[in-house]
Amino acid sequence: MIGLGHYLVVSAAMFSLGVLGVLTRRNAVNVLMGVELILNSANINLVAFSRFGTGNLEGQMFAVFVIVIAAAEVAVALAIVLTLYRLKRTPNLDQADILQQ
Amino acid sequence: MTSEAVIFYAFAMITVGSAAVVVAARSLIYSAFALLFTFFGVAGLYVLLGADFLAATQLLVYVGGILVLLLFGVMLTHKLYDLDLRSENVQFLPGAIVSAGLFAFLVGIFRKTAWAVGPGRPPAPTTAEIGRLFLGPYLLPFEAASILLLVALMGAALIVRRRKVA
Repeated sequence: MIGLGHYLVVSAAMFSLGVLGVLTRRNAVNVLMGVELILNSANINLVAFSRFGTGNLEGQMFAVFVIVIAAAEVAVALAIVLTLYRLKRTPNLDQADILQQ
Repeated sequence: MTSEAVIFYAFAMITVGSAAVVVAARSLIYSAFALLFTFFGVAGLYVLLGADFLAATQLLVYVGGILVLLLFGVMLTHKLYDLDLRSENVQFLPGAIVSAGLFAFLVGIFRKTAWAVGPGRPPAPTTAEIGRLFLGPYLLPFEAASILLLVALMGAALIVRRRKVA
C-alpha cells in the first residue's frame, strides 16, 4: 500500500537534487531548473497531504498558486539572465560580479 | 505488489532519475529534456494522488510554458553557432554533501513526525470543486495572482528592453 510516506520521500529526493543544482551549477538557466525542481517537490507534498489528510482540496489550491508563482518567477528570472548576458556576454553566475567593483 | 505500487515506483523512478540527470548532465540541452521527463513524472504522481485538474495544469503550464521559456533562455544566452552548450559544476563535493545531509534530515523528520492522517480523499473529479473554491473562498488570492502575473509580464518586458547606451 502506497502511503503518505512514499510521496514524502520522493519529494525530499527531488528537493535535495534541486538544492544540489542551485548550489553547484554555473549556468544561470541551469540554476533556474534547480529552482523549478524545488517548487515541484513542494507541490508533491501539498497534493499528498491533500490526498491523505482531512480530505479537502486546500492542498491542491495551494499547488495551483505555486504553479502561478513559478510561471511569474521564471519569466522575470529569464529577463534578468538575458540582461546579464547582454552586459557580460556570459550566462555564468560567477562572472556576475559587477556590484563588487 | 499491487499495480498501484508498480505504477508509483515507475513514476517515482522517472521523476527522481531525470531530476538527477537535470543536475548532473554536462549539456544544457540534456538538462532541459531531462526536466521534461521530471515534469511528466510529477504529473503522473498527481494522477495517482487523484488530482486530475492539477495533472493537466502541470502539463500545460510546466511542459508547455516554463520548459519552452527555459529552452528560449538556453538558446538566447549562447551564440547560435556555438554548439557546445556546456554547463560546468562548481564546488560539486561540498554541494553534494550539503544535499545528501538535507535529504537524510528531511527523511528523518518525515519518519519521526506523526502526521495527522485523516480519512483522506478518494480519487474523484476535482475540477468543479476547484472552480467553486476559486470563485468563493479563494477569490482574493485568485485576483492577487492575476495582478502578480500582470506585474511579472510588464516587469520582464521592462527589464529586457534595449536601452540606449549612454
